[in-house]
Amino acid sequence: MRIPCPHCGEREVSEFRYGGDASRVRPQHGTGDLVAWHDYYFTYDNPKGPHTEHWQHVLGCRQWFTLRRDTATNEILGDAP
Amino acid sequence: MTAFRRRGSGGRIDRTTTIPFTYDGSRLFGHGGDTLASALLASGKTLVGRSFKYHRPRGFLSAGVEEPNGLFTLGEFGRTEPNMPGTLTEVHEGLIAKSQNAWPSPDFDVMAVNSLASPLFGAGFYYKTFMGPFKRSWMFYEPFIRKAAGLGRATEQTDTARYDVINGFCDVLVVGAGPAGLATALTASRSGLRVVLAELDFELGGSLLSGTNESLERWRKSAIEELSQQPNTRILARTVVQGLYDGNQALLHTRAVPGSVASRSESLRFKTIIHCSGAIERPLVFHNNDRPGVMLAGAVRTYLNRFALAPLKQAVVVTNNDSAYATAFDLAEADVAVTIAELRAAPSGDLLARAAQLGIAIFPNTGIADVVGTKQVQQVKLGGRHSVTIDCDVLAMSGGWSPNVHLTSHGGIKPRYDEKIAGFVPGEFAAAHFGAGSVLGEFGILAAVRGGEAAARASLEFIGHKKSVKAVEPPPIRDDRAYGISSVWGTASDAKKAFVDFQNDVTAKDVRSTHQEGYLSVEHMKRYTTLGMGTDQGKTSNINALAMMADLRGLSIQETGTTTFRPPYLPLTIGALAGRSVGHHFRPTRRSPMHDWHESHGATFIEAGLWMRAWYYDWAGPSPETAYVKEMQLVRKGVGIADVSTLGKIDVQGPGAAEFLNRVYVNGFAKLAVGKARYGVMLNDDGVVLDDGTTSHISENQFYLTTTTAQAGEVMSWLEYLLQCHWPDMKVHVTSLTDEWGGMAVSGPKSRETLQLAFPETDFSNEGLPYMGVKDITFDGATVRILRLSFSGELAYEVHCPANFAIALWEHILRAGEPLGIKPYGLEALASLRIEKGHVAGLELDHRNTLDDLGLGKMAAKEKPFIGKELRQRENLQAPERRSLVGLELMEPDKKLRGGSILFAATDEIKGHGRGYVTSVTWSTELQKFIALGLYQGGLEHEGEEIIAAFPLKNEQARLKLVSPHFIDKEGARLHA
Repeated sequence: MRIPCPHCGEREVSEFRYGGDASRVRPQHGTGDLVAWHDYYFTYDNPKGPHTEHWQHVLGCRQWFTLRRDTATNEILGDAP
Repeated sequence: MTAFRRRGSGGRIDRTTTIPFTYDGSRLFGHGGDTLASALLASGKTLVGRSFKYHRPRGFLSAGVEEPNGLFTLGEFGRTEPNMPGTLTEVHEGLIAKSQNAWPSPDFDVMAVNSLASPLFGAGFYYKTFMGPFKRSWMFYEPFIRKAAGLGRATEQTDTARYDVINGFCDVLVVGAGPAGLATALTASRSGLRVVLAELDFELGGSLLSGTNESLERWRKSAIEELSQQPNTRILARTVVQGLYDGNQALLHTRAVPGSVASRSESLRFKTIIHCSGAIERPLVFHNNDRPGVMLAGAVRTYLNRFALAPLKQAVVVTNNDSAYATAFDLAEADVAVTIAELRAAPSGDLLARAAQLGIAIFPNTGIADVVGTKQVQQVKLGGRHSVTIDCDVLAMSGGWSPNVHLTSHGGIKPRYDEKIAGFVPGEFAAAHFGAGSVLGEFGILAAVRGGEAAARASLEFIGHKKSVKAVEPPPIRDDRAYGISSVWGTASDAKKAFVDFQNDVTAKDVRSTHQEGYLSVEHMKRYTTLGMGTDQGKTSNINALAMMADLRGLSIQETGTTTFRPPYLPLTIGALAGRSVGHHFRPTRRSPMHDWHESHGATFIEAGLWMRAWYYDWAGPSPETAYVKEMQLVRKGVGIADVSTLGKIDVQGPGAAEFLNRVYVNGFAKLAVGKARYGVMLNDDGVVLDDGTTSHISENQFYLTTTTAQAGEVMSWLEYLLQCHWPDMKVHVTSLTDEWGGMAVSGPKSRETLQLAFPETDFSNEGLPYMGVKDITFDGATVRILRLSFSGELAYEVHCPANFAIALWEHILRAGEPLGIKPYGLEALASLRIEKGHVAGLELDHRNTLDDLGLGKMAAKEKPFIGKELRQRENLQAPERRSLVGLELMEPDKKLRGGSILFAATDEIKGHGRGYVTSVTWSTELQKFIALGLYQGGLEHEGEEIIAAFPLKNEQARLKLVSPHFIDKEGARLHA
């Protein structure tokens, strides 16, 4: 699989680190809401198909970015909507 | 015992070169262009191995990649390669080949007695006999069975061959260089795009190499000529496309050119792939169909026309399709007496006419009842409408052709059964995949050429190539004749030794008994009988077995389905995947900037992750057990210096830096004064401890953060994630200095004196640099950062500086401290000193413990928010029965205390997971006993109690006293001295 880094261009997946589901909305820092943090951290979908996710070009420019990937085929579907 | 004779002329061998090679210790000769198989057949070696289970005599079945029988161990010592098909091996000088699974020789094999007991050895025999009621007997018998059954043996010596691994890119990948592949490559190549043509043979041409038509040969040569002159086209002979993977990636493996040392693997990224991988002929299943001299009809034609090997006098051809007639006709023209057993009622008229012309007798509705001759075919008994016995040297069989759908199925695309050709063809291609020729079940040469050109044009259009491309001139030959096949397989149901899978000795009877015993799925049949599980992966056997299973179940072949095709296409030695990444190139090695100094001053190193760290120094003793104790004493009584360059070091800058750190750490950083350092702990979102370290406030908008060695990368990435993904508005930038800066700890009661001597202009008094104070000074033109902090519990400093200056600074401090007796200490002492002090480190920070578990709960700020604050309140993380940090003292001096020991209360039964475990152990120079840190249910509530450490692996138990983890200087007087 090759991943398009917005800064460096298309690179081998081994240069990247996966950062999880990017569609989840992180609760406000310091919200104090245990349930909101629980839902954010522990409950999320694991879809077969299109998935918006965080990646970091960790062995390159170190940029974090989001991209859409089909989890069944590893096809890169372009930028997050 | 010979079946073939070398013809005086013709073929693609170079009779002007004679190449000696070694086979089972004797010296034989071949010609340029010979394979090991053709050279052995020319030397009269028809019998070349014994079968896997029954040790039956076996000869070559095929002339190509599908060979199940003719496998050899090539080379010797570290270069030994077992199970190599002789049909793919080029004869070359220095070739050493040994037959397999036969002792003392294939001709006289002691284990052939297995054959007499063969009624016992049906499918599932081993499991039924040695497992089931007598469970232990399998363990007893297995080594003997393994010794008797099997193929070649891998060497245990180091592989000295050289393997390269490269990455490549192309626009069009063409798999196979038969007529379809050549036409495809020509068209694609004329576009100017980057083309790779991969062919597993050492010659290009595929099926064309087995024919005699001169116009076709001219066409083949001119195609190769043109392709080899195109700078945009790479022709890779000897190259197998082993697998296809996500994102249009292919794994190619190119065998070494004979006599050279390096084979090469290539990860090739293509924009389109065109499958021209051809078809493989199917054997027919009849009694004794495995006798040496029984071969695939296409292979007989290849040996005849390509390798100039004709059967001695007589050949029988048995077929259910038209393709075998080409073999029959070519044999007859080479003055071999040919008889055809035709399983069908009647072949087409044109074939009958030509056969009559050549004097070939055809027996319709007739198959093979038996083959006479053990070590080589002598006679064939026909059965069916005609029962005749015919003398012969070679029996050529054809059950039709199976398109080579292996690679086309790698993307999870199931092949589809095509009744017209009685075989599987590729399922619907995914985007970017195209195909041409016999892989699609189109068996004619002109169909292949036209199909190849069309596939290439479709792929160019797919890529978006607009320019026109010159058409490929098809070879001037007659139109393809229609391919006729009938699904008559002529399998006699009473045949005892009718082999389906030659390599794994699976017979038609085994397939039937599998069905009788209730295994219906083809995947179950495969695993129960081992059919298709050999090194040839059932290239000749799978389809016949599927057809039989379909028949037994009364289903169509499509409904029965195929087993799953997975990479690699051919067995691949692991070295070919590893390439140069072996030995110390297996993974990168990280060295501290002072590494060379340690090396030349008696350090023994230890691997810590990727790092090579100084473990202990020889001034302190010859072994780690004694040396670290002396090094600890040095730090407790005098002064020592240790390399701490491996710590993660992060420069945090920007107006938001203080606020950022305040969010990330559980304790407050917003009000940390410039010139001060603070110990901080950070949590993950889930409230579990991520890492600890010391962060210093350097100037208004600049902080210097350190992490543990193990978590350096993790923490850096985490900070970047927070800043880039979630807090993009914060004006903060983080930069890793881990590799750019070196660090050293100067520790011990005499450390202040040492640094005062090293940097006389700096004030090291308690006022000038108090505990947790930080100071940047300039020394000899470089920035030197001095932090007064202590991991050991003694008065201590860390001195950090740019990496290229570190070794000079290290030596400078050693020189300055020489009158005070300064010496280096290593990782073992460093880690032991911190245990005495009760500092947690990597072994305790294992991503499972909370602040409270580690006794750090008081650090968490009450007022300000921080990451993990919410989820650390989860009920289970607050549960009183959680394990928390304790100190442990060994009460029995004659016993050992080991890391990982399981902890039990004194009254517990020693069983199960216990109440906790020991994380870190050391000898305490201060207490003169073994001490440890550990995690224990209820933690310090049990202070003073006697507990048990059990180490079941060594059957050891020892009594411990549970104490505070701070073994020394609880008040911190030394730190503040």
